[in-house]
Amino acid sequence: MTSGETQAPLVLVVDDVDHGREIFAEYLEFRGFRVATAADGLEALEKAFELRPDVILMDLSLPGIDGWEATRRLKQDDRTRDIPIIALTAHALAAAHDKAREVGCNAVVTKPCLPKDLEQEVRRQLEARTS
Amino acid sequence: MAHLDVVPSPRSPRPRAGGGIGAKAKLSLVEALLAEEEARPCAVVALRWLVRHAGVERAVCAVADSESGRLLGLTGIGVSIASVDAFNLDLGDRTHPLVVALSGGEPVVFHDSGQPLLRAVETPLGNLSFHAVPLGSSKEEIGPGLLLLTGLEDGTVADDILWAAELLGVRLASLWYRRAQAEERRHKRERSWLFSIINAVTDPILLTDADGRILVANAGAEMLLTAGEDKREGWRRAVALNNMLFSASLFTNAAASGPTRRELLLVDPSEGQDLLFEVLSTPVPIRLGETSVVSVLRNVTDLRRATEEIEENYRRLRVAEAATRAERDRLDLILNSVLDPILVTDAEGNIARMNPPAERMFTVPRGKRNVEVERRVRTNDAVFTSFVSGLFVSSLHAGQEGHWRRTLSLIDPQTGKTVPVEAISGKVASKHGEEMVIVTILHDLTEAEEKARLYEQVTRHSEELRERVREATAELAEQNELLRRQAFQLEQASAAKSQFLANVSHELRTPLNAIMGYTHLMLEGVSGLMTPPQHDKLGRIDANARHLLAVINDLLDIARIESGKMPVQIERVRLPELIDEVMTEVEPVIAGTRLAVERALSPDLPEIETDRQKVKQIVLNLLSNALKFTPQGSVAIRLDHEKGDDEIAIAVTDTGIGIAEDNQKTIFEAFEQANSSYARRQGGTGLGLSICRRLAHILDGRITLVSRLGEGSTFTLYLPCKPRTA
Repeated sequence: MTSGETQAPLVLVVDDVDHGREIFAEYLEFRGFRVATAADGLEALEKAFELRPDVILMDLSLPGIDGWEATRRLKQDDRTRDIPIIALTAHALAAAHDKAREVGCNAVVTKPCLPKDLEQEVRRQLEARTS
Repeated sequence: MAHLDVVPSPRSPRPRAGGGIGAKAKLSLVEALLAEEEARPCAVVALRWLVRHAGVERAVCAVADSESGRLLGLTGIGVSIASVDAFNLDLGDRTHPLVVALSGGEPVVFHDSGQPLLRAVETPLGNLSFHAVPLGSSKEEIGPGLLLLTGLEDGTVADDILWAAELLGVRLASLWYRRAQAEERRHKRERSWLFSIINAVTDPILLTDADGRILVANAGAEMLLTAGEDKREGWRRAVALNNMLFSASLFTNAAASGPTRRELLLVDPSEGQDLLFEVLSTPVPIRLGETSVVSVLRNVTDLRRATEEIEENYRRLRVAEAATRAERDRLDLILNSVLDPILVTDAEGNIARMNPPAERMFTVPRGKRNVEVERRVRTNDAVFTSFVSGLFVSSLHAGQEGHWRRTLSLIDPQTGKTVPVEAISGKVASKHGEEMVIVTILHDLTEAEEKARLYEQVTRHSEELRERVREATAELAEQNELLRRQAFQLEQASAAKSQFLANVSHELRTPLNAIMGYTHLMLEGVSGLMTPPQHDKLGRIDANARHLLAVINDLLDIARIESGKMPVQIERVRLPELIDEVMTEVEPVIAGTRLAVERALSPDLPEIETDRQKVKQIVLNLLSNALKFTPQGSVAIRLDHEKGDDEIAIAVTDTGIGIAEDNQKTIFEAFEQANSSYARRQGGTGLGLSICRRLAHILDGRITLVSRLGEGSTFTLYLPCKPRTA
């Protein structure tokens, strides 16, 4: 069910919780995306610089470098500045969301989130980037 | 007066030398005459001799005085001395019989009878006939005198008589001449004395004749009115001017017969100053028909100046007096305008003046006799007098400003109240340091003492108050500290609660995400196809997971509202658009029912300022509830706004199950649902209305409910057009 590897957009899914990564990675791959994963902020930065994904799904509460900090660094780096980052968080309070937007997240999605809703957001970001 | 005939008395024609009277008698006459050195005794001797030896009864001897040109009575026998002294003839009157007789050189008889009178002749002899016998030798034109003799026989004059007359004449002539010489000397002497006297008089004195020519002038007059050739030109001119002025002044008074007094301005020739003289002129007859004028000039220049000065001084005095009076009036005004009593006293404390407030304290009002008042006035007077006399006690020194101050206790004469006063006294002396008066002002201290007392009270109260405030402040500080600590604790508690809720929310969402995610993956067939029962059961899991999520979200909302952390964003909201959005969201739900949904919007709805998201949440909730709890019939949403009203109403009406009256109040409480089983079947959390009401409060609005069980409900949200708390 996968598209040609060269055409399919690459999504980097960052989450320290295994099932969090697994659900979205599996669903997005099922839906034809290429998926890479990272379990913490440092790995996320390494993968991002290395793979230059088309979209990054960033969990915010991460051990070590957290999602906000990782986003800030990615948005300050010329190589990764233009990659849309969708914050994906179980924090429901506005403060957490606002802080995410401040550091450069293009969108914020609150968990729990249905995989198909997430896919819709990913596609929206990709369209916004190409247009 | 005797009217006498004058008949020449022929001398005896025959010589009678030694005939009638003996030589011895004649010798005695000669000796007697020679023995006398004065005319009158000489004449007396001769007349006595004639009476004794020549039959003469009465006799008068008169002397021709060439000096005065008069025939003067010298002495007489048988006549009164006074009449002799009064006898006096003008020798110039040549027609007078006696003058004629005197110059005839022969005896003449004057009869008192017979012939008509030629002229009245008045002699000391009265009406008696007499012989007038010239004295001296007949060679002289006018003899030295006449003898008037009575008792002689008519017609004859004995030679002895003629001899005696001649002898007497010679002797008298000699004596008279000597007398005249002595007189002359005396006159000269007296004249020189007179001149000395008048020269000694510093006032100029002048004797002028009728034509104004100066006859006599003393040194003072000469200085003003005469100038020698040696004097300088200015002097001479001044003198000429003075003469002119003096003459002019004389003539203006020429008509006066008595002494006249006038002022005359002359020039001092030596210094050129004006001199003012008072001229006293007295007419003096010097010769018959000729009048001279004696003028005495009194220098009144200084007098005038002095007079003017006196007048000036007097004028000044009057001015000063007026000024003093004005000053005193003004002083009175000032004194009277002062409300404090003022007294002017002498050193003994006797009151010289006082103003009305002082009068009130120190005098008994006229008319009303009141023993009490009089006693109080006397007391005041005694206190005051004692104070004033105390000022002279040496131990009492004036203050720096020369004032004495002491507090006295007086009594108000009218009320009897004690009046404490501060007496301030000053001694006032005249320029010469005498006539000391004492001015005292009495300042009523009643008010001051009252004020001091009040001040004391106020101070005490203030102190008490300050103490209380201090205590209260300390207490307050303590309370504040307590409150601050409590607030801190509360804040901490609140923060902890918020953090707890956030954490709970986060920790619930994460596994919920996994549940919903995996369910979704399986329902989507990511992990392969499932049997219909499996699919059905997964659907149940999904529905419950969603319900759990809704509950978590609602709880979080309530927690946020209660902790005051629900942010409010006010913006302008167009309600029709907002309703459209809500309708769009519930469109799938409506589609799943057979309900008729109506919309009714008032045509002139204003834009309102509110939090759009929260209004939407409320309306959505109300509308969802209506759809949930209405099995059949209709649901209507209507927006109303009364013109001029400051709020709008959003009403959601249904024909649903309705709410029993008992439940209408509790329905807004958390987890309250009127019909729990039904509600749960409809998937409600039981928190919706509670959240709606809280949100409405946040927006300054309210939600009302009208319902009847089994007939339906109307929930109405009222919102202000502008937030009141903005």
